[in-house]
Amino acid sequence: MNVISRRRFLKISGVTAGVAAAGAGVLKGSQLLSSSDMMESQGTRRIPTFCDICFWKCGAIATVKDGKLWKIEGNPEDPLSRGRLCPRGTGGIGAHFDPDRLRAPLIRRNDRGKEEWVEVTWDEALDFIAVKMQAIKKSYGPESVAFFSHGIGGNFFKHTLKAFGTPNISAPSFAQCRGPRDVGFRLTFGEDVSSPERTDIANAQCLVLMGSHLGENMHNTQVQEFAEGVGKGATIIVVDPRFSVAASKAKHYLPIKPGTDLALLLAWMNVIVKEELYDKEYVKQYGFGFEQFAASLAEYTPAWAYVETGIEPERIVETAREMARFKPSTLVHPGRHVTWYGDDTQRSRAIALLNALLGSWGRKGGFYTPASMDVPAYPYPDYPKSVRGKVDNPDHRYPFAHETITNGIREATITGKPYPVKGWFVYATNLLHALPNEEETIHAIQNLDLLVVIDVIPSEIAGWADVVLPESVYLERHDDLNVEWFREPFIGLRQPVVESPHDQKPNWWMAKRLAEKLGLGHFYPWKTIEEYFEQRLSAGGYSLETLKKQGIIRGAKQPIYFDDGVPAEFPTPSGKIEFYSLQLAQAGFDPVPRYTRPPAGPPGSFRLLYGRSPVHSFSRTQSNRILSDMMDENEVWINADIVRRYGLKDGEYIRLKNQDNVISNRIKVKATERIRPECVYMVHGFGHTARGLKHPFMKGASDAQLLTRYAVDPLMGGTGMNVNFVTIEPEAAHG
Amino acid sequence: MARFGMVIDTAKCVGCMDCVVACKTENNVPEGFNRDWITTEVHGTFPTVQMEIRSERCNQCATPPCVYSCPTGASHVHDVGGIVLVTKEECIGCKACIASCPYDARFIHPEGYADKCTFCIHRVEAGMDPACVAVCPTHCMHFGDLDDPNSPVSKLLASRKHHSLMPEAGTQPSIFYLT
Repeated sequence: MNVISRRRFLKISGVTAGVAAAGAGVLKGSQLLSSSDMMESQGTRRIPTFCDICFWKCGAIATVKDGKLWKIEGNPEDPLSRGRLCPRGTGGIGAHFDPDRLRAPLIRRNDRGKEEWVEVTWDEALDFIAVKMQAIKKSYGPESVAFFSHGIGGNFFKHTLKAFGTPNISAPSFAQCRGPRDVGFRLTFGEDVSSPERTDIANAQCLVLMGSHLGENMHNTQVQEFAEGVGKGATIIVVDPRFSVAASKAKHYLPIKPGTDLALLLAWMNVIVKEELYDKEYVKQYGFGFEQFAASLAEYTPAWAYVETGIEPERIVETAREMARFKPSTLVHPGRHVTWYGDDTQRSRAIALLNALLGSWGRKGGFYTPASMDVPAYPYPDYPKSVRGKVDNPDHRYPFAHETITNGIREATITGKPYPVKGWFVYATNLLHALPNEEETIHAIQNLDLLVVIDVIPSEIAGWADVVLPESVYLERHDDLNVEWFREPFIGLRQPVVESPHDQKPNWWMAKRLAEKLGLGHFYPWKTIEEYFEQRLSAGGYSLETLKKQGIIRGAKQPIYFDDGVPAEFPTPSGKIEFYSLQLAQAGFDPVPRYTRPPAGPPGSFRLLYGRSPVHSFSRTQSNRILSDMMDENEVWINADIVRRYGLKDGEYIRLKNQDNVISNRIKVKATERIRPECVYMVHGFGHTARGLKHPFMKGASDAQLLTRYAVDPLMGGTGMNVNFVTIEPEAAHG
Repeated sequence: MARFGMVIDTAKCVGCMDCVVACKTENNVPEGFNRDWITTEVHGTFPTVQMEIRSERCNQCATPPCVYSCPTGASHVHDVGGIVLVTKEECIGCKACIASCPYDARFIHPEGYADKCTFCIHRVEAGMDPACVAVCPTHCMHFGDLDDPNSPVSKLLASRKHHSLMPEAGTQPSIFYLT
């Protein structure tokens, strides 16, 4: 049944694309800001491209002065950046200058993980890889090579590996990040929230953030819209055990006990249903199974939720009424990194259901319907069909996983079941920081015949590779076209601004060359990447020359709300918004979310929470000297009262020990009134142990190292990671 | 005569440091130094907390102690907009200005002279906003002429509650924070 809903989604997406294309006239040159031509004088050149410091893909214009990269700014024509990059994007030039960068292809010369290498030529590196791949194919089949990818840069390697014959193409962005959200929304509305999220924050009159720390989490357009909303006086409700930056902008801050968000969501829905505050017409017209849903909420009263969440019943009622007052322009934000407790799909589904009650899906100030330009895919030959299917999810153990489960591949690599995995390609994702439980990842690596890491920096996972392929940073390369689904349709081009300083190469060059060495050259009928762009763009009726000059081609705006004529279609099995889910019931899960109290930690321990900094992306930017100047190491946030009781001082170094006796690197105490006493918090991505990362080496602590436990979401296989507990160890004992 | 100033809306600012990064790249500020910075002021006890986040820099004071304390005249008031600047060729790096500044806005550049925010005078004279203002993703920063009652900055000050930093120091700062 899940498959049917997927098919319908694809069908409807296809229809939308067609409609978009019909109306999407290209803007005339004169209508576009000629900002790229503005400052061609005085030895400066301005070249449009799009950013790669995170996955948001903001349009940007880089300035080169006297042949040297000077600065990068937002492209005013770009709907994502709206002319302003985030701090990471602004500091992106530091990636080009980073002295810790990988410089030449490397082949391992000692045990895995020892980080000892021989520099080789590109031909030697790619021949080595091709020979190993053919051997794996011969002994185990092509499916025994798996791919872990991040971002648009992985597209060409994906293509080569699919051509090689593997269906095992994954990204941690599903099972370690947004997967539960997308499944929860798909089960309810039949569609994903997608990326960039279809959240109409700018027009929301009431915005509810549950653990989403916009402003610290710098998804550029969302933060811009958030500030716009604050400026317009939108009512902000923030639910977080930590007094986040967003909380400081909120009318209502609800300092929830960690792990109990679902209880609050159920109580909110209880109030809204009981007091009949929901959008009755919308629910009647579009809803399926509302009566059963409503009946199942009866037990989840605000008084009941108080015990679980620590939020007073009056405040639960007050905030529920506040949300209802602004419906349908109330947006309960679905979040992005939502792999917290293992019940994440059901929590996300509860968020979807609350939005459904408020009538916000498809409505202004809620969730809009994104549009895209019609740029056909390159007409490649068909990929070989896999005989054995994917390795990550045997017997559909996680029946609602619609993408590949990274940790499923890891498990199969360890157990050899349902079939052995012998080769890993890892593109631009530091798996040792992205996946929980490093030991399992290292165990899996021991079973491999080939581990290839393609990256710009010598990350921890690169340290375990057999072959490391050094990539040009985004400012030095082309990538695939960005044909975005967004508030308005557009195409973005990434193009080189400066040359690579050493022997780094773009991913498309590596992937094409490798395909040729594997005898798969016919999967790359184009000679240069520009030929590839030309083919795709001209098939859609667009000009590469225009795109090179402007960086962005925008299409005409489309209607994006139901009220403006977007058809209200819900590609679920019932064709309606599923308040009660038969497909969940049939698969043996709760058809309406139910609450289970999260297990408590050992006495005297603190729940470990982690999040983002506005100046770093994951564990990928700590060696960027501009960004490291903004934040050089992370701190552990501890409630000021606890700090006093432990006799600690603000700024003092401590270590954290988790429930499995893993001890962190030293980390500074941030004594603060901005967090509940039973949890501690740190920014993800620090505590690097890769020796090649000379600047950030052993600065701050790695949350990933402490995440030895994870709770697997039974619906889709995601790894809930807020289930680890730590105690405080004095630094003196370890120093 | 124009008097340039900034009005910064703390209700919108998220403290993301984009202003700091943009200043660094625009002005080639060397590693380890910044001309602007973020201050976060927290009051109260969890969970009843108030917080003000501010983007701070040289206040471009109308009565600038750094200029008065400079023995060589390197620190001076520029004839456009009343901006305080340093002529690096005339600076001997004696740090008198650093000692006199109540805002700790100056540092000694590795090349030996006192350095600080210039309100991006090179951009302002070309008709652009300072880099920090132009980059801000929250649009919380505004630049303009405080002496012109019709300028957007003056209008914001007339219509919103605001404060400046250490007014008691008597320096007459040109940066104001909306609350």
